[in-house]
Amino acid sequence: MVDAVTDVDFEIASASLTALVGESGSGKSTMGRCLAMLERTDHGDIWFRERKISELSDGEMRALRPQLQMIFQDSARALNPRFTATEIIAEPLGVQRKLSGAQLRSRACELMEEVGLSRNWADRRPLEFSGGQRQRLAIARAIALKPAFIVLDESLSGLDLSTQAQILNLLLDLQKAHALTYLLISHDLGLVGQVADYVAVMHQGRIVEQGPRQVVFQNPKHEHTQALLRSVRPLENWSRAAHVGGQS
Amino acid sequence: MVAFRGRTQPLGTCAKPAYAPAVLRMRGLRVTYGAAPVPALAGVDAEIRRGEIVGVLGESGSGKSTLALSILGLLPKSATTAGYIWFDEMNLLTLEERDWRTKRGAQIAMVFQDPALALSPVMRVGDQIAEVLRAHGRTSTQAHIAGLLNEVGLADTERFYRAYPHQLSGGELHRIAIAQALSCRPEIVIADEPTQSLDASKQNEILDVLQALNRRFASTLIFITHNPALLSGFADRVMVMYGGRLVEEGPVAAVFHKPLHPYTKALLQLVPSEESCKRRGGEHLPAIPGNLSPSDYSAKGCIFASRCSLKTSVCEEESPGQIAPEEGRRVSCFNYVH
Repeated sequence: MVDAVTDVDFEIASASLTALVGESGSGKSTMGRCLAMLERTDHGDIWFRERKISELSDGEMRALRPQLQMIFQDSARALNPRFTATEIIAEPLGVQRKLSGAQLRSRACELMEEVGLSRNWADRRPLEFSGGQRQRLAIARAIALKPAFIVLDESLSGLDLSTQAQILNLLLDLQKAHALTYLLISHDLGLVGQVADYVAVMHQGRIVEQGPRQVVFQNPKHEHTQALLRSVRPLENWSRAAHVGGQS
Repeated sequence: MVAFRGRTQPLGTCAKPAYAPAVLRMRGLRVTYGAAPVPALAGVDAEIRRGEIVGVLGESGSGKSTLALSILGLLPKSATTAGYIWFDEMNLLTLEERDWRTKRGAQIAMVFQDPALALSPVMRVGDQIAEVLRAHGRTSTQAHIAGLLNEVGLADTERFYRAYPHQLSGGELHRIAIAQALSCRPEIVIADEPTQSLDASKQNEILDVLQALNRRFASTLIFITHNPALLSGFADRVMVMYGGRLVEEGPVAAVFHKPLHPYTKALLQLVPSEESCKRRGGEHLPAIPGNLSPSDYSAKGCIFASRCSLKTSVCEEESPGQIAPEEGRRVSCFNYVH
């Protein structure tokens, strides 16, 4: 039996965009799920806003769930294909008994527009949307309960570059508007390098390096971080005489 | 210093002669699926030269996958086509399915995005590759297949020969799918986003395998992707597609250094670079505004006009044809950046 995550000490600053990077199997998704209270740890504590959430009862967790949300990678599989857009967005509001009936639909439409989807599509089903639009739907659902913290587990993988940029800009806007804290889990260091405030690098279940983005990217200390950076494929910088970094 | 991947080949090297003969020619290629209101490909003129690696770069709706399916004769029956694809003195668009049996796999092969599409879960890897070889009358001995597995960098050939797909990792399956596609030494290999699900380091390994095989066997590779970064240091030429049209074409080095079409330029700005990684937290990325929409297709002007920062009145009135501002480069824009 192998530990997915081992001996991790990790802090996520409020209102930051913290990135958790690593290759597949590094344990980053497991970390994300634990932080979003979707999985329980075997050892160790998780604190959210001065409260130890790793030892809550089911009832206590349910009460806290609105504050910790998760957005998954594959929205086509994460969203119920039989529900309409407004039903998907409204579901958490209904489950948490915040709103009902006409108010639910009205709020769902508002949220659709907030994420850049037309309310004319309120009755469409997920598979009628493009991949980028589905992620917007997933985001609308995630912010419906006014969370404080959102885990984005490879939520931008598989999207076209231009869609990725638009979704990222939306996420940044929502972050400012709602004082959100993000944990962005990704294997794409290039993406992370453009938006993260802090970066933690995972390898075989451990965090091997963490710090402010500029520091980790400019001066990576751990060999695994260096290896990850070396595998990013930039466009050649033609104005430079010699390339940087050397061969991988 | 941010130690991004260094170059794998000297600047400006195109190891292939610029005027190698064309192995495939497309003229006026037009494809519409069933009753769709807009064409998936709206008249593509292009040539693929023997031995080169051509990147077909495009996002959703660009028509890049339709291009691949057209070349392989895998369009659904409901698709209507116009124009022609010349290969081996035949128009591939008009081939009967029975004529495809000798072409697909043997002369033109495909590496899919998901290797699971190419590999049966209930057959051992060695048996599957043997089946493909036998179907095309090639040697199918275990020794020969071991050689094929070696070519894609799989050393423990005995293990891979006897393995079932579910016993292997994603990266290994990609390599096996490539070995299978290349087993009959096709003249043209088409790879459609073959590395999407892999981590960056595995992605680079697969690209290295494809590049090495291209050089070794002088076969032609058409590499379809939405990510320009993969073509850098890998492909010789790039065809940039947007809304079913070819909007720019040229050597990768030239196009990436000095993109002519506003879409190409905007897309390249989204590729992570050491500069962009110095961006302040919370700062927006330079996203291309708007989206490709059905109204773009029916507009009489340029298909990119609604999103273009260089748009002028002529762009909304007429569709730009192909302009060749330099040797080996083409662009479809009235106001191309020069």
